[in-house]
Amino acid sequence: MPRIVVDVMLKPEILDPQGKAIVGALPRLGFTAFSAVRQGKRFELTVDGEVTEEILAQAREAAESMLSNPVIEDVVNVEVVAD
Amino acid sequence: MTETPLIGSYPSGPAGAPLAGARIGVVTFPGTLDDRDAARAVRVSGATAVELWHADTELADVDAVIIPGGFSYGDYLRAGAISRFAPLMGKIVDAANSDAKLPVLGICNGFQILTEAHLLPGSMIKNDHLKFLCRDQVLRVENNTTAWTNAYAAGQDITVPLKNQDGQYIADEKTLDALEAEGLVTFRYMGGNPNGSRRDIAGISNAAGNVVGLMPHPEHAVETGYGPGHTGTDGLGFFASVLNTLLGGK
Repeated sequence: MPRIVVDVMLKPEILDPQGKAIVGALPRLGFTAFSAVRQGKRFELTVDGEVTEEILAQAREAAESMLSNPVIEDVVNVEVVAD
Repeated sequence: MTETPLIGSYPSGPAGAPLAGARIGVVTFPGTLDDRDAARAVRVSGATAVELWHADTELADVDAVIIPGGFSYGDYLRAGAISRFAPLMGKIVDAANSDAKLPVLGICNGFQILTEAHLLPGSMIKNDHLKFLCRDQVLRVENNTTAWTNAYAAGQDITVPLKNQDGQYIADEKTLDALEAEGLVTFRYMGGNPNGSRRDIAGISNAAGNVVGLMPHPEHAVETGYGPGHTGTDGLGFFASVLNTLLGGK
């Protein structure tokens, strides 16, 4: 079954407290190369059958209107992944 | 079979009581926690509490609506994001925006639902310190002309419980400036910002003043013996205010 992957991130200007906690914890395990972490969300929408332009448009609309909140988040990626 | 009274239930006033005709709806979603306390606060103030279920399609002739706190839908997706699409929410949004200007109060998760439903601007993200915080919180009443704050004095400080993890109010600078300029910041945190909220904002209203949302919990401060410091009843003003509004046809 093909899937449509939607990636949502907090807007760049919004502080991500979870990412901040993660970047603080990384060096404790010896991962010292990373100066910042931002945590986002990945949604996988499974489609029964072929992904048409119309279905992709629906996914984009759902991404903007429900999967993300435009006040705080950006949809950074919508793509079709075939298995 | 006689029904066992629920713990914490508070009797309604007698049918002919002066304020019993005021019907204030309290909405329950899956995962709502504070509906019982909100209904109790309504009864303490003398009005009639009407239980509303998120899947209801009618508002049952209520005169005002409270969307209480909790973790509706487990805060899945974003706090309040899924509740926003409940059948009853469409009715509430329409009634709040109608000429009748249905008074709507969102407390904590209810505030989050109101922002997700676009009845109020901005949004809430995780507290800047990442922890769940529960404490008695002093708030300043910045606007006492709304449907839910007219029983307070302007600039009055009140103390009510605060308890949340996603309590950090954010909006872009333009929205914040507009809120300040139009006097729509209804409550501000005093004695230290508990969660990183922009400009210490604890609660806001819409331009008409009938929709108010705040993170702290006035419904937990309405009875001596239970509120802040075991005596605090500063939350009662919310419920007195909406009764003023309904009686005054404001």
